[in-house]
Amino acid sequence: MKKEMVCISCPKGCRMTVEYEGDKVLEVLGNSCSKGWDYAVDEITKPVRIVTSTVKVRGGKLTVVPVKTNKPVRRHLIFDVMNEIYKAEVKAPVKEGQVIIKNAADSGADIIATLDLKKI
Amino acid sequence: MIEKRSLVIIGAGPAGLAAAVKAKKAGIKDVLLIDRDIQLGGILKQCIHNGFGLHVFKEELTGPEFALRYIREIEELKVEYKLNTMVISVDKNKRITTVNPDDGLIVYEARSIILAMGCRERPRGALRIPGTNPSGIFSAGTAQRFVNIEGMKPGKTALILGSGDIGLIMARRLTLEGMKVRAVCEIMPHPGGLTRNIVQCLEDFNIPLKLSTTVIAIHGKRRIEGVTIAQVDDSFKPVKGTEKYIECDMLLLSVGLIPENELAEEAGVELDPVTGGARVNQYLETNIDGIYACGNVLHVHDLVDYVAIEAEKAAKSAVRKIKGKTRKIKKRIELITGNGIRYTVPQFIDVTDKEEKIKIYFRSTSIMESIKINAICKDEIIFSKKLKRVAPAEMEYIIISTDDIRGRKMIIEARAK
Amino acid sequence: MEKANIKYDIAIIGAGVVGGLVARSLSAYDARICIIDKHIDMAMGASGANSGIVHAGYDATPGSMKAKFNIEGTAMMPGICRLLGVSYKNSGSLVLAFNSEDEKQLQKLYENGIAGGVKGMKLLSKETVLKMEPLLNPKITKALHAPTAGVVSPYKLNIAAIENAVVNGTEFLRETQVLGITGNKGDFTLSTNKGDIFAAVVINCAGIYADDIAKMAGDGFFTLTPRKGEYLLFDRSEGGLVENVVFQPPSEKGKGVLVMTTVDGNILIGPDANIVESKEDSQTHADSLDYVYKTAIKTCSGLNLKKVITSFAGLRATPDTGDFIIGESKKIPGFFNVAGIESPGLSSAPAIGEYVAEIVSGSLGGLAKKENFKPGLDTHEFFRDMDLNEKENIMQDNPDYGMIVCRCENVTKAEVLDSIRRPAGARTVDGVKRRTRAGMGRCQGGFCLPAVVEILSKELGIEKEEVQKGDSGSNILVERNRP
Repeated sequence: MKKEMVCISCPKGCRMTVEYEGDKVLEVLGNSCSKGWDYAVDEITKPVRIVTSTVKVRGGKLTVVPVKTNKPVRRHLIFDVMNEIYKAEVKAPVKEGQVIIKNAADSGADIIATLDLKKI
Repeated sequence: MIEKRSLVIIGAGPAGLAAAVKAKKAGIKDVLLIDRDIQLGGILKQCIHNGFGLHVFKEELTGPEFALRYIREIEELKVEYKLNTMVISVDKNKRITTVNPDDGLIVYEARSIILAMGCRERPRGALRIPGTNPSGIFSAGTAQRFVNIEGMKPGKTALILGSGDIGLIMARRLTLEGMKVRAVCEIMPHPGGLTRNIVQCLEDFNIPLKLSTTVIAIHGKRRIEGVTIAQVDDSFKPVKGTEKYIECDMLLLSVGLIPENELAEEAGVELDPVTGGARVNQYLETNIDGIYACGNVLHVHDLVDYVAIEAEKAAKSAVRKIKGKTRKIKKRIELITGNGIRYTVPQFIDVTDKEEKIKIYFRSTSIMESIKINAICKDEIIFSKKLKRVAPAEMEYIIISTDDIRGRKMIIEARAK
Repeated sequence: MEKANIKYDIAIIGAGVVGGLVARSLSAYDARICIIDKHIDMAMGASGANSGIVHAGYDATPGSMKAKFNIEGTAMMPGICRLLGVSYKNSGSLVLAFNSEDEKQLQKLYENGIAGGVKGMKLLSKETVLKMEPLLNPKITKALHAPTAGVVSPYKLNIAAIENAVVNGTEFLRETQVLGITGNKGDFTLSTNKGDIFAAVVINCAGIYADDIAKMAGDGFFTLTPRKGEYLLFDRSEGGLVENVVFQPPSEKGKGVLVMTTVDGNILIGPDANIVESKEDSQTHADSLDYVYKTAIKTCSGLNLKKVITSFAGLRATPDTGDFIIGESKKIPGFFNVAGIESPGLSSAPAIGEYVAEIVSGSLGGLAKKENFKPGLDTHEFFRDMDLNEKENIMQDNPDYGMIVCRCENVTKAEVLDSIRRPAGARTVDGVKRRTRAGMGRCQGGFCLPAVVEILSKELGIEKEEVQKGDSGSNILVERNRP
């Protein structure tokens, strides 16, 4: 099987042709670095994404604080992770890097704040 | 009140922050950074998605994290900054008039100015989309602010017009927040944003991308109730019979960014009608001595990383000027956009007595594959570079030595190989 | 704003510029007055969407009400604008001729104007016109110049007139829709969605709906046809393209497409004229906007489509009688019609206001004038128009002047707050916009919308999702992401 894909490891966006059988990658053409190969393998076998969103804050200057998964999660888990994010709540002040949810939706990734947020 | 500074930077988004850090590190003690917002960081704070920093910090960051890296440096280096401060005018003598609620009116006299005001979004009116004028029509960035900073939903079901990066990012963002995105329509036959965003913002969530399609009417008296979309022909005119009604209570527009240059124009800075930004030389200096421009106020960039890199270059140039280390200019070369080239930055090159390698950034007018980019002086190709593919959404560059340039003009063109 | 079961001497239906100026004139008398509108704010009909021209008065047939009120109203306009703090500019107007046929039309207009008493008109040679307006199409052959014409912001005049009436004791009843009218002089009952309103006399200033209101009262002797006009508005960077209001020769479609600089400095082109079915039809159309642009370009080729910031449509209330309908109903004493006020309605409005106040006062047996009537408003210059010294001083008095909310038009937080807190102040995003220009600039509210929503929510004590663009149901936001 052949699949055309664009490597999204970095903004360069190499256009690649990936040949694979089942979940085994046989050949990758068009990548500029080894990340392209890794990406192709991941996309075929287990696509992953960083999830970013916001979490509700109590007593902060703003009512939400931006967050992200501290590592990429399996693509099919995105909405499970979001469901935990919807329910989460954190008290101000919040520090960048602060863990808000540990191992969200059993994805292996923590939800961490990406901005400092002061108390009112 | 009149105050003096060696360098004043207008705008504390990524360009202003990066320029301020660079200038301070290069030894300019009295750098002043001005912004109209109440925080440093500009638009980055609402860009909560990842994808920033791969070039500058060699790791993938979100917008707020990228801004924080610079903000911490600004604090450590004790760069002076003024927030909540609106610049109401700049003149050619580099006098900057500002207002803010705490100090009232202050006029700064600068030896150099770096313009880093960024850009604004094109509004609906500029597109002349016919129909009613209900609520629920937002530029994508305004919607982004409501969702990410204020934690508010601007609607329940959206249609997005324009496949610029902000539109794509918002398609994913709305979906993650439980809103429905009916489709992203793009009037051009190719997407406006980065492929990476098409993949992870649309394809991941099965959001249809409708190319060569636009919104031809807006419906609904009070709140928007729907839009009519239609396919367009080669001259972007709607094709009869392809009209389709799409129900939605929100229309997001991601239809282009316009460099915010009203201040620059008032100061007499000449603009490039294509970019909407200043015309600059290889030092990012405008036609006015000591006024530099960088970031999205100069031309709209694909990546924040490139903005930061450009800003550092502007800062370096300004520092050289302040320290009196500039070289004498022998002649000025105008860059002319030839076949397939939409614009170049710089727009002109100032040749000095020392050889320089000059990076010329450009965007193509359309998607082209297997091409050569030529630089032509006096009907002769002085430089040529092969490229597999160019697209208007992706900025490219060539590097030219000033020693190779002849005459007073250089044409940059794209030709089939 | 429940104001049911209060007995008024005078109820005015419709808070457009005509109703507003009638209310203002009447508020000089000792009487209990209310002005009612179904919308959440004033100026939400034709008064909010027209050219804003103060016509010299050569168009209308001499002897008609249109001619009389136009010429009188235009003469009153500078004074009333000064009193109310509304900008007015005596720009003058030109009607262009491109051939001898057009020139005959100009001659006719000129004679019409002379007969009606329009002052200062001149037929100018091509050379003189091009000296006056160098950017006009050089193919013109002649032009009619009318120096008394001017420009004004129609909605600002409307808002200020009602504010002035309110300051003088008039009640402004918003979101109050008249559903039925019964009774006669001395005891009218207006049934509304907010309860019954009792009044001795009723004045019908209901704009495009005035025929329906007259019918409701029992005297539907006229019909109004909505005739839509569409406009394109350009960035202020294009201002100065023309000084005068520049018309092409009139046709059966009306005064034709014009090119002008608004009192706020934007270039405005339009309108076309098309009869539409619905009185609620404010849609713009690609064909109409194309027509407007293609026609306007004949006046002035320098119009840059890239600099268009918005387009809009307004409805003219064209009566089947051929003239304004102003006066007491013959069938229903005490019911006054001020209807069919299409162009030159804005120019005529100050004179209509005075005239209607007089006849209504007469009908109530001659009302006494108020001793403490305030003819003007306490207004102040906009921040963006102040010089540096004034800016510095006002910021010291009120730091909110140092907070720029709208970057494009340099509107400060102090001005937004003031627009909400004033008598008959803003309740909506559009209300703030019309009063302060926040959101009217080149970014069309992209930047200031969140700030304006926040200020409105705080000032009105409502949630952000309850803040409306205009009438109820036009909320900007829907709900919180994280309730």
